[in-house]
Amino acid sequence: MKTALRDAGLSALIAFILALPLAGLVTTPDESLQLRLVFHPWPVAAITVGAFLLRLLWLRRPRFTLPKVRGLGSWALVPVALLPLVSGGRGLDVGLLVLTYLMLATGLNIVVGLAGLLDLGYVAFYAVGAYTTALLTTEAGFGFWSALPLAGLLAAFAGLLLGIPVLRLRGDYLAIVTLGFGEIVRVVLINWQSLTNGADGISGIPYPRLFGLDFSRAGRASVFRLFHLPYDRLDRQVWFYLLALALTLLANLVVARLRRSPLGRAWEALREDEIAARALGLEPTRLKLAAFTTGAFFAGLAGAFFAARQGFVSPESFTFMESALVLAIVVMGGAGRQLGVIWAAVVMIGGFELVRGFAEYRMLIFGLALVAIAVARPGGLIAARLPSVRLNPLRRGA
Amino acid sequence: MVYGLIAVGYSLVYGIVGMINFAHGDVFMVGSFLALIAILACGGFPVPLALALALIFAMALCGLFGFAIERVAYRPLNRSHRLAPLISAIGVSIALQNGIELLQGARVKPIAPVITGGITLSTQGSFAATLSWAQLAIILVTLVVLGAVSWLVRRTDLGRAMRAVEQDRMMASLLGVDTARTISLAFVLGAALAGVAGLMFLVYYGVIDFFIGFTAGIKAFTAAVLGGIGSIEGAVLGGLLIGLIETFWSAYGSAAYKDVAAFAVLILVLLVRPEGLLGQRTAEKV
Repeated sequence: MKTALRDAGLSALIAFILALPLAGLVTTPDESLQLRLVFHPWPVAAITVGAFLLRLLWLRRPRFTLPKVRGLGSWALVPVALLPLVSGGRGLDVGLLVLTYLMLATGLNIVVGLAGLLDLGYVAFYAVGAYTTALLTTEAGFGFWSALPLAGLLAAFAGLLLGIPVLRLRGDYLAIVTLGFGEIVRVVLINWQSLTNGADGISGIPYPRLFGLDFSRAGRASVFRLFHLPYDRLDRQVWFYLLALALTLLANLVVARLRRSPLGRAWEALREDEIAARALGLEPTRLKLAAFTTGAFFAGLAGAFFAARQGFVSPESFTFMESALVLAIVVMGGAGRQLGVIWAAVVMIGGFELVRGFAEYRMLIFGLALVAIAVARPGGLIAARLPSVRLNPLRRGA
Repeated sequence: MVYGLIAVGYSLVYGIVGMINFAHGDVFMVGSFLALIAILACGGFPVPLALALALIFAMALCGLFGFAIERVAYRPLNRSHRLAPLISAIGVSIALQNGIELLQGARVKPIAPVITGGITLSTQGSFAATLSWAQLAIILVTLVVLGAVSWLVRRTDLGRAMRAVEQDRMMASLLGVDTARTISLAFVLGAALAGVAGLMFLVYYGVIDFFIGFTAGIKAFTAAVLGGIGSIEGAVLGGLLIGLIETFWSAYGSAAYKDVAAFAVLILVLLVRPEGLLGQRTAEKV
């Protein structure tokens, strides 16, 4: 206990030294807009005490392994999936958001989880999908249904185009090039004024229709008028939610089948050991390209969801933060595990929305939570099955 | 030059630990805030003294930040999968950005130019090519700091330990190198350099906000890769090149696509020479 206290005290001291200038002396503009330092003692005290307590808790944490959660099987997902339907408008909106991210995570899971390629610019394909949908529906008169596959295909094509030159690179270089690509796409979206309407974005993207019927109050092809149903604004969202749910489910089934196919096994072999996989006659570049393109396809579909849900797209929605968030979902879900990824998407996006109340602290909490989860459970929230035999554990990332 | 300084920090950490320290750009941002606070606090002092104090202050506290971040977010993950530290680093980056936003406010922080004046190199008609004292000071300090780091890595015991850990961590620890301490010190050193870069940025541009770390971080990493990651000279060269590319691109092409230029060059370089300009080709161990 004594050493723990001393250790915690040391942490508090470091936190105090770090917090004193940054939290204690706030640069505030005065009347002539010159910056002055104003002393705020409370944040410093809070950070110091917080560091002390956290360190103490960490050192005295009970030593037990978390019991294996068995109940979190696929069936437990059913009530979660139905929850938005009973909770009304806000719940539906969050549910759609979760599904959008789940779609993204499903795609990224192929790239990162199965093929073991670190893609930090995944948001680029998401953006391609969303903008394709937006442009096709508002400019070219397409409906959501015809735009959806095109969004996926175009995103996949973008993945192919990017993949051909960069997939020969090794892990970390790939990460940074994809990160750069994500930024390039965003900058292009901002600056290609004539096509994308720049930073203002594109609005007026229609909601998907049901066999040519829409959900307007009194339109000619309105469901309510045709079937003499009472008008309910929410029905539109309910329908879209169910649609997204079905598509996400389908995507997950496809991926589940894909994993067991020769292609999926080849991906996993590649992830575990590229050299060994090559020695066995697999062609790494082509396999990676397949993973990249498939992943991009799902991102394109997610982009179409997003565009239709918001009715509006702008470059602001496609920052690096989105890539990081999706990557966090995949890794927290235990990269490669599908069920884990689904739960991670539900917990993280749902949780994220729950704390919307404290908008200011939300991102701070998110950042700290990422660190905490990564440190406490590096294998993901829902731990992945580790390889049964591990050779030479010291040679990491070589 | 600023990119170069940040890039050296990336390079040091990447070379030794083999991980992308995502939070590095945000440490740089914190460094520039520390420098701002120090300069404001030293308001009454003569300028050179105030700057020297700010430099020491920013370096020391950034170093401490580097130490704390390594302890809290990276060391527990030393032996885990490659992705976990990356997530942790992204978390640190987000937390730092938003922490500073909460504590110091989201508005941009302008200061009056600290170093004014300069020398005029040549005058042609109404255009004058001037070299301001601020630019000169930045170049000088950068050269001195980089010289010191280069000396540290090449000549001292710590530098030797760093290079040993970089080559083979297990072998180094078997030969009696305290690897944990070496790694920690690499983080401290990298963070202190980011602190210097933060001060430079503040002095040169005069405006900072809580978001500068992200772009600067990406570009610095690009610079590090461009120059050949793990090599200090390479990082500096890469930083210079990125700066030049951006400047020329904005001058002759369109300023809007400035950020694209650096990445386009990076992709090209990686395709032609994946080990970077000054990097060494390492054979893959099987």
